[in-house]
Amino acid sequence: MQMDGGRALIRALEEEGVEVMFGLPGGAILPVYDPIIDSSIRHVLVRHEQGAGHMAEGYAQATGRPGVAMVTSGPAATNIVTPLCDAYLDSTPLVVVTGQVPLPAIGTDAFQECDTTGITMAVTKHNFLVTEAQDIPRTVKEAFHIATTGRPGPVLVDIPKDIVDPKNPRSAMEWTGDVEMDLPGYHPRTGVDQSAIEAAADLIRTAERPILYVGGGVLKARASEVLRKLVELSGIHVVTTLMARGAFPDGHDLCLGMPGMHGNFTAVTAMQEADLLVALGARFDDRVTGRIDGFAPGAQIVHVDIDAAELGKVRRPDVAIQGDCRVAIEALVAALAAGGVGNVDRTAWRSRISGWQERFPLTYEPSAPGDRLKPQYVIEQLRDATPEDTIVTSGVGQHQMWASQYWNFEHPYTWINSGGLGTMGFSIPAAIGAKVGCPDRMVWAVDGDGCFQMTAQELVTSTVENIPIKVALLNNSYLGMVRQWQDMFYEERLSEVHLSQDVPDYKAWAESMGCVGMRVDSPEEVPAAIAKANEIDDRSVVIDFRVAADEKVFPMVPSGAANSDIVVPPSQEDQER
Amino acid sequence: MSAGPSKNRYHTLVVTVENKFGVLARVAGLFARRGFNIESLAVAPTDDEDLSRITVVVDVESAPLEQVVKQLDKLINVVEIRELHPDHSVERELMIVTVMAEPDRRDELVEHLDRAGGKVLSVGTDAMMLSLVGPPARIDDFENLLRGYGIIEFQRTGRVALASLDGPGD
Repeated sequence: MQMDGGRALIRALEEEGVEVMFGLPGGAILPVYDPIIDSSIRHVLVRHEQGAGHMAEGYAQATGRPGVAMVTSGPAATNIVTPLCDAYLDSTPLVVVTGQVPLPAIGTDAFQECDTTGITMAVTKHNFLVTEAQDIPRTVKEAFHIATTGRPGPVLVDIPKDIVDPKNPRSAMEWTGDVEMDLPGYHPRTGVDQSAIEAAADLIRTAERPILYVGGGVLKARASEVLRKLVELSGIHVVTTLMARGAFPDGHDLCLGMPGMHGNFTAVTAMQEADLLVALGARFDDRVTGRIDGFAPGAQIVHVDIDAAELGKVRRPDVAIQGDCRVAIEALVAALAAGGVGNVDRTAWRSRISGWQERFPLTYEPSAPGDRLKPQYVIEQLRDATPEDTIVTSGVGQHQMWASQYWNFEHPYTWINSGGLGTMGFSIPAAIGAKVGCPDRMVWAVDGDGCFQMTAQELVTSTVENIPIKVALLNNSYLGMVRQWQDMFYEERLSEVHLSQDVPDYKAWAESMGCVGMRVDSPEEVPAAIAKANEIDDRSVVIDFRVAADEKVFPMVPSGAANSDIVVPPSQEDQER
Repeated sequence: MSAGPSKNRYHTLVVTVENKFGVLARVAGLFARRGFNIESLAVAPTDDEDLSRITVVVDVESAPLEQVVKQLDKLINVVEIRELHPDHSVERELMIVTVMAEPDRRDELVEHLDRAGGKVLSVGTDAMMLSLVGPPARIDDFENLLRGYGIIEFQRTGRVALASLDGPGD
C-alpha cells in the first residue's frame, strides 16, 4: 500500500500496541502530528518536553509496557535529554521520537537543528537517524525490540521532516505490513547457565549469614512472585534497593527494607555482616555499597544480571549468572527444591538481625504540641490513609528517602522514582504517566518544594487532559538534602539552599492550574486534609504540607565512608551495635 | 572472544561493526565516557560491504579488558569482538616520514632503511620521504633511529592485525 512516512510512523506505533504517547508538536515533527488526529493512539499534550519524557517513564514503570514520547527537533530534543538519561540509568523502556530538520538541511545549522543522535548517544541504549521513508516501519520495530528486551532502556528515533512530509516526494513509501528486523549485533541472552545455578545453590546451602540483595532487575523481569517462592523456600532475608521497593513485600517477616546511604540500620548492617550476598538484578551502586573496599568484606557474591557488563564491574562475583532474573530465580528455586536447602543452623544470625531491628528501628522525634509538622509523620499518615495498591512517585532528595523509608510497599510497581540519575522534578510528570497507565489506581506524588518548582506546570496537563493525581508537597523551604549535607559536612555553613515557604503561594498556584489546593501547618490538620484529597477523583489535588526545615534523614552513611560507619539518629547513638 | 588473558599492558581487539554512519563515534564515545584509553585505532571497510573492521589497541591499565569487551559488546552496531593474542597474530603498521637527510648522510640512512625493509618515496635537496611497513616494535625502533637525523613530519597509521594461519605469529 502506498503511504507517506508520517502515516507509516503512526501506523507502526499502532502496530506495536502503543495506546498513549506524551508529546508536544513543533516545526520539524508537524507532518507526523497530522495523522495523530485519525489515530487510535491517545496523545497527551505536555507543557514541557521534559514532562513528556518523565510521563513516559512513569507509564512504563507502572505498566511494564514501553513509554512513548514524541517531540520536535532542536530545543525539544535537548529538553528530553534528561528523561532519556534518567531512563538509561534506571533501565526504563522508552521509545522517544524526535523531529529533525530535512535531510538536505542537516549539518547546515538550520533553524531548530541539533545533532540529536550525537547528543543522545551516551544516554540511550541505542538511537537511529532514519534517512529513508521506507525504513520507518523497520526502525520502529527495532526500536521497540531494543527498548524492551535484554536490559531495558531508552531508544531514540530521529526523523527528518522531508521523509514524513506528504508534500515531499522523499516521504513516499510502500507499506508492506511485513518487516524484518536487521540487528546482526544484538542478541540479548535470556537463558541461564545451569552449572552456575548449581554453584549458586551450593553456596546458599552452606551459607551461615546469607542475604538476598534485590535490585530493580527483579521488577523489570516481572520476577516478584518467584522471588517470594525463593525466599520462602530458603528462609533467607531480603533487602530491596531504592529501585526495587515493592519487589518483595515490606510486611513480610523476612523483609529488611532498603539498604544503602539512607537505608535502615538492619538492612545495611545485615549486608555488611553477611557471608553470602545473592545479588538479583542489582548493580552494586555506590549509594548501596558505600566505600567499595569496605563493603560486605566477609561475603561471597552470587550475582545475577541480564547485563554481562554488570558482572564484575564493581565487585567480582564468586558465581556470575548472566540472564533474566525470573529465569534465574526459577532455576534457583528448582535447584534448591531438588537438592535441598541445606541444614545450616541460622538461629544465631536470625537473632542478631532481630536484635538490630529492635534496637535500630526507623525513628524520628514526633512533634511536641505547638511544634512544626514533621515530614516523616506526613508520610506515615498518607501511608495509613491510602489503599495498599496506591502508586507512589517521588522527586529526589529528603522527601524521596522518607517516602521510601516510611511507606510500606506491599506490591510491586507501586513505587516509582528517579534512582540512578536523581532527577529533581521527576515526581509530578511520572505520577501523571503512571495514572494514564493505571487509571483505576490512586496515584500520589510525594514531592519537595525544590522539585515541585521544576515541573509543576505539568499539573496543567493533568487538569486539561483529565488525569487526576494527588501531590503531597513536603514544603520545608529548603533544598533539604543539600542543606543536610551542609549541616553535617560543611559546619552548618548554608550556601544557596534557602527557598521560601511562602513564595510561591503553592495553594494559589495549584488552584490556578485547575487543581484543588490545600495548606497544612499543624499535625492535627493532616488526617482531614489527606481524607479530603482521597475523596476527590475528578481533578488533581496539591497539599502544601509546611514542614519543619531542620529535620534530617537518618540513618546515613556519609559519602566516602564504609557502611559499617553508618550514622544513626541521635536517640540511637548509645545503642550497642 | 577468543584467546585467554595476556599479561601485556596493551591488548589488540578486532571489532567487527555494521558499516553505518556514526558507528566509529559510538565506539570512540564509549571509550571516552567510560575512561578507557585507546593506544591505537584503525578502521576500514571489509570484504563484506555491510561490515567494517576496527582494530583497537587498548591500554588495560585504564580499565580491565573484560569490562572494555563487555561494554563494547553492548553497542547494538557491534557484531563481533575478538582479542588477538600477540603470540598468535600478525600485526602491521605503516609509517611515512619526512626526515632531514643532508647529501653526505643519505647513503647511511638508506642502508638503515633497507635493513628495516622500508622504501624511499621521494628525495629533496636536504630531506627524504620514507615509508616502512612492519610490526609495531620495528616501527618504534626505526622511529627512534630517525630522531638522530631530525624528523620533519611523521605519520603512523595505527596497527592492523589478523590472526595467524597456524602456529605463532611473528
